[in-house]
Amino acid sequence: MSDYLLEVSDLSVHYPGRANWFFQKAEPKKAVDGISFVVPKGKTVGLVGESGSGKTTTGRAIVKLAPLTAGKISYQGQDIGVLSNAAFLPWRKKIQMIFQDPYNSLNPRADILSILSEPLEIHFPQMTRTDREARCAELLRSVQLPAEHLRRHPHEFSGGQRQRIGIARALAVQPELIICDEPVSALDVSVQAEVVNLLQDLQEQLGLTYLFIAHDLAVVEHVSDHILVMSKGKIVEQGTPAEILGNPQQAYTKTLLAAVPRF
Amino acid sequence: MSAEPLLKVQDLSVTFRTGDRATVAAQGVSYELAAGEVLAVVGESGSGKSVSALALTRLLPPEPSCALAGSVKLDGVELLGLPEEKLAKVRGGLIAYIFQEPGTSLNPVYTIGFQIGEAVALHRPDIKDIKAEVIRSLSEVRIQDPERVANQYPHELSGGMQQRAMIAMALACDPKILVADEPTTALDVTIQKEIMDLLARLRRERGMSIVLITHNFGIIANFADKVAVMWKGRIVESGPVEQIMRTQSHPYTKALIACIPRLGQRRRRLTTLSDELKVSR
Repeated sequence: MSDYLLEVSDLSVHYPGRANWFFQKAEPKKAVDGISFVVPKGKTVGLVGESGSGKTTTGRAIVKLAPLTAGKISYQGQDIGVLSNAAFLPWRKKIQMIFQDPYNSLNPRADILSILSEPLEIHFPQMTRTDREARCAELLRSVQLPAEHLRRHPHEFSGGQRQRIGIARALAVQPELIICDEPVSALDVSVQAEVVNLLQDLQEQLGLTYLFIAHDLAVVEHVSDHILVMSKGKIVEQGTPAEILGNPQQAYTKTLLAAVPRF
Repeated sequence: MSAEPLLKVQDLSVTFRTGDRATVAAQGVSYELAAGEVLAVVGESGSGKSVSALALTRLLPPEPSCALAGSVKLDGVELLGLPEEKLAKVRGGLIAYIFQEPGTSLNPVYTIGFQIGEAVALHRPDIKDIKAEVIRSLSEVRIQDPERVANQYPHELSGGMQQRAMIAMALACDPKILVADEPTTALDVTIQKEIMDLLARLRRERGMSIVLITHNFGIIANFADKVAVMWKGRIVESGPVEQIMRTQSHPYTKALIACIPRLGQRRRRLTTLSDELKVSR
C-alpha cells in the first residue's frame, strides 16, 4: 500500500449539454476534465480556484455526490470509483464532508441531538441510545460547544456555531479524510479564524487528513501542505505553499494571488 | 474639511422593541462624510453596522417597534423625522444602497433593464429616453453587451454580474452617497477585487461618497479614507485608514486586523477575537 490515503487519476466529470431544437446533442459541460492528484495521510491538500472551476465537483465526485465520467479514485489502494452506492457505504464512514453554507446544510426541524445521531445510527447500528447520546455530547465538546446545546435547533445558533455543528457531524463516524468544501467562506473573518484553528486542532488530535476546497488563497495557504490550483476543470498548477506563492508559473495563479488584499 | 460636511450623523441610536423588551442595536453613532469621501464601517455580524446605515433613510420597521434618536443631516437637511413621501425621494435618489446578496436584492420575475428603468423613472422624471439611460448605466459598470443583459433575468447572470447590475441600478438615480453593505462578501476573491476596483473608479469619476460596510479589514486598506469600528452597537474607534491600520488603540480593532490570514506570513495559529480581548479584560 502506498503512503497516499487518496489517489485520483484522470478524473473527469462531464454533464450532458442541453440538446438544441433540432435534437442535436450539444457539447457536454466538462466540469472536471482529466485531473490527477494525491492526498497523503495526515496532511492537508488545498484545492483553490474560482467558482465554476470544478473544485467543488471534484470534492463531490470523491464521495459519489457527483457522477464519474472517467478516471480512477483509489482510497488506500482500493478503487472506490467503481463501487455501487451500497458497496460504497463503508467508505462513507471513512470519508466525510463539511459544506460551505452552515445555514442550509443542517435540517432546520431537527434538534442537534438527532442531527448528530443520524450518522451514528447508520454506521454504528449496534450503539445503544444512551451511548449515542453520550457520544453526541462528547462531539459537541470536541468542537467547543457546551453539551447542553443538544436539545436546541439550528436556528438558535450563529453561523460559526452551525459550522462547528457541521464539523461535529462529520466527526461523528470517526472519519479519516474530511473534504472541506469552502468551510469558512460564508463566515465573518473573526469567526473564520476560530473555525480554521478548530480544524487544525482536530487534525492534530485525531490525525485527520483534509482536502480543503476554497477560493481564498490566503486561507488555503495558511492550512495546506500542498496546493492544487484549478481552472476550467483542470489542475493548472500545484506545489507547496511556498512554491505557489513565491514563484507562480501560471497567469491564472497570479490573478488569484493578485486578488488577495494586502496590507 | 469644509464647514458643512455632506452627511453629518450625530448621536444616532436605534432601538428595537418587541413586547416589553427593548434591544439597543446602535447607540451614540456619530460620523461625518464629505463629498467624494469613503468611510468604511467595520464590525462583526451583530455589531450594529448595517442597522445604523439603514437608519440613515429609515429602511427599518416603523414606530413603535423601532425607534430612532439623534440626528442625520444630509446637506444640512435633517432626515430623521422626515415624512415618508420625502424620505422616499432620498432613498435611492440621494442615498442609494447595494446589499450583500445581489441574488436576493433583485426581483426574479423582471428583467434587469426593467428594474433599472423603474428606478430611473421614479427618481429622475426629467429623463425621456429611459432605455438609453439603462444601457448607459449598464455600460458604466463595465458590463459587456449591455443591450443583451438588459433583457435578461437575474437568474441568467453570475453573482458578480448581478452585483454589477445592482450597482448600475444604484447609480442610475445619480445618488450623492452610495451605501455598500457587504457588497463582496458573497463573491469569489477575484470577483471581489473587480467589484472593489469598480467602486473605486466610480467614486473617482463621479466624486460620489461611499459608506462601505464590511467585516473584513483586508478589503478596505486600499480603498477607504476613514474607518469607524463598531462593536456592540457603538463606534469604539475611528480615524484615517492609514492611522488605524498602523496602530489600533482598541483591542477589538486589533483583534479584527490580527485574525485575517495573510499571504506569505504562515503562522501556526490564526489570532482570534477571544485571544486578543481576553488579554485586555
